[in-house]
Amino acid sequence: MTDPVFGPAPERVPDPELVQLLTPEGERVHHPGFDVDFTADELCGFYRDMVLVRRLDIEATALQRHGELGLWAQLLGQEAAQIGAGRALAPQDFVFPTYREHGVAWCRGVDPVRLLALFRGVDQGSWDPAEHNFGLYTIVIGAQTLHATGYAMGVQRDGLVGTGEPERDTAVVAHFGDGASSQGDVNEAFVFAASFNAPVVFFCQNNQWAISEPFERQSRIPLYRRAHGFGFPGIRVDGNDVLATYAVTKAALQRAREGQGPILIEAYTYRMGAHTTTDDPTRYRLSDDVEHWKLKDPIARLEVYLRRNGLADDAFLADVAAQADALGERMRRECHALPDPSPHDLWDLVHAEKTAELAAQQAEYDAHAASFEEVSS
Amino acid sequence: MADLADLAAREFKLPDVGEGLTEADIVAWRVKVGDVVAVNDVVVEIETAKSIVELPSPYAGHVLALLAAEGDTVAVGTPIIRIGEPGAAPAAPPPASEVPTAPTTPAVTVSAEPIDTNIPPEGNATLVGYGPKQRALKRRARKSGSNPVVEEAAPQPSRDPRPVRALAKPLVRRLARDLGVDLTALVPTGPKGTVSKEDVLAAAGSAAPTAPGRAHAASPVAVDPAGRETREPIKGVRKNMAAAMVASASTAPHVTEWVTIDATATVELVDRLRERRELAGVKVSPLLVVARACLLALRRTPLINSTWDEAAQEVVVKHYVNLGIAAATPRGLVVPNVKDAHALSLVELAQALEALTATAREGRSQPADLTGGSFTITNVGVFGVDGGTPIINPGESAILCLGAIKAQPWVVGDQVVPRQVMTLSLSFDHRHIDGATGSQFLADVADLVSDPATALVF
Repeated sequence: MTDPVFGPAPERVPDPELVQLLTPEGERVHHPGFDVDFTADELCGFYRDMVLVRRLDIEATALQRHGELGLWAQLLGQEAAQIGAGRALAPQDFVFPTYREHGVAWCRGVDPVRLLALFRGVDQGSWDPAEHNFGLYTIVIGAQTLHATGYAMGVQRDGLVGTGEPERDTAVVAHFGDGASSQGDVNEAFVFAASFNAPVVFFCQNNQWAISEPFERQSRIPLYRRAHGFGFPGIRVDGNDVLATYAVTKAALQRAREGQGPILIEAYTYRMGAHTTTDDPTRYRLSDDVEHWKLKDPIARLEVYLRRNGLADDAFLADVAAQADALGERMRRECHALPDPSPHDLWDLVHAEKTAELAAQQAEYDAHAASFEEVSS
Repeated sequence: MADLADLAAREFKLPDVGEGLTEADIVAWRVKVGDVVAVNDVVVEIETAKSIVELPSPYAGHVLALLAAEGDTVAVGTPIIRIGEPGAAPAAPPPASEVPTAPTTPAVTVSAEPIDTNIPPEGNATLVGYGPKQRALKRRARKSGSNPVVEEAAPQPSRDPRPVRALAKPLVRRLARDLGVDLTALVPTGPKGTVSKEDVLAAAGSAAPTAPGRAHAASPVAVDPAGRETREPIKGVRKNMAAAMVASASTAPHVTEWVTIDATATVELVDRLRERRELAGVKVSPLLVVARACLLALRRTPLINSTWDEAAQEVVVKHYVNLGIAAATPRGLVVPNVKDAHALSLVELAQALEALTATAREGRSQPADLTGGSFTITNVGVFGVDGGTPIINPGESAILCLGAIKAQPWVVGDQVVPRQVMTLSLSFDHRHIDGATGSQFLADVADLVSDPATALVF
């Protein structure tokens, strides 16, 4: 029964069309809004990025199983969403990641070993956000969307939006997942971003699972449509299609840099692995679903496309595989060699300025530590 | 030789795979002594309080020794496998009992027995395997003459392995008293050097006979003092079976119908099929013919092959058949299914059934094999039973039960003749399958089994 005054509650809408430029079968298709041409080098670069990032993820997962990492958050299946979003960035853009953005970190030049150090528990994330324009991993779900919105408002106030200078205009990306979209922080970020027309692109990887909670329990409407209620546009893109993710993100970033305000991108994808190495997805989801999504693998479809069109030969693919092996070997070696943290980090890294009081505490600690015999192992 | 191998050997210690777990069960080894492994090859499957996890090898080389047996519970930090440098020769496999306890466990022996309320707290007693890791308390020595900046810590309790007193929980003490076992005479194997219930029971072994038929001591079975009852933990496959059966029986109103038929023609058909070249080496049984009969009959009554979707308030009729076969395995009942069985030829179906049941009996069915079934057959006939009222596998709508095929008197024309007779029983979900549909399906299967040539009509 339709309420005569308030009207009907929204129907559960079926999945709408999503922007796609490369089908799961590796067919190049065209979309009127995103008519982008890619060079062979760009396509091969996407392929290489995705293969290496998948290897990075697999190697880190294995290192956790070896007992070398305390935890690892897997990105398996989300390579295209992350590489597309990462490669669409301009150097001056700034990214606020979750703890799963290994692919974006890769695109921003953060050494994978730095990610391992964080998950090994020997540091708190030791890359310099200002050097890479890539924030530290945020563990608190959704908190980084507020950081991103605040940063974007700062960019606005610095006059780095809408100047028309391509190297100057800056956009900010807030990464989050479908689970975070149910959090208060994300909704507050939407409100502020809309109210201040902040140059922020909300990039949501909808991997269907908030740990064990399926997305359909979190929303009656497709995720990207939530943006409409806050007063800015939303769009759904095939998150397993690196070309579409790249094209849509690039356009959204440009829109933000020009001063047209926030936008929500829903990269529709699937978490093929567990939530983290501590999780066991076989307890709450059917392997049939996983099998279904295997057919939509982001790397396989690009490989088919490259081979079918003669854009990559066996030598190229073998070379990428060799690079992946070398990366895996280096990650193992350098992970084992990561030094334990020094107690001095407490005084050296927490405060920007070392006050006299801090220096005195440090000296006191040093005297105490020196009063012990060396450890004989 | 063995020394050389040991020299090059590296041991993989059981890692904490889940943020604060303290122990795990060894489910299955994937390698054996002498195997060559590469880095990240899966060597073992373990089950923690949180999940079943495959562990990849951190080392490349020869497997020199497996240091824990399947079924063992192993503390985090305990070496579980020894791997030699590539080329190193494997040493002789160690005895299965080379399973060490937690490396930090102090070897406390046992003396006085009186009831002691000063029981050390169980450091690991947490609900879901979360909790602080058990670490040895180690302090570096102070340099002599050093200026004490902080006060000396309270004296640590002596960790000498001298006999002090028997460490045991009250229940274990009570058990020992009831069984007349002297706690001070036991070698404790419990956590932190405590005497465990198993220690007491083992010591009482000769005095208190174990329950008959329960000779295999490997399973974690507790026997009560008098030996009149046995308590087995409800876990694993058994727990899943219980949950599935309760869910099904309490949500789907079951109706069971049965029919007794002359299956002589099927028995003869099975004999003839066994002679056929394309079925050489494949197991052919009446189950195969009944399975095929079900697949044909489902075409006429597709509603049997459906799902009641409570949430959507819809009945989902499937245009494919994932045919489940209930299998008794050492770990309990599992129901793996043949995917898209409707599209298979008889030969393919025979091969698929054989592969499926073999995998299930080895306890190696993958989750994908066990989910997504649409219709199930259970063959209680193999136990010599005539029939039953089977419970529908959750998510499905019907299950067919095969009874034993036995020679029995049967009326043919006006004469009583010995025939191969069997009973088929069908349980179906009466929420959406009415008696007419269920009966039609059962009668169709009965026709096909009584006279396989009827298949030409379907």
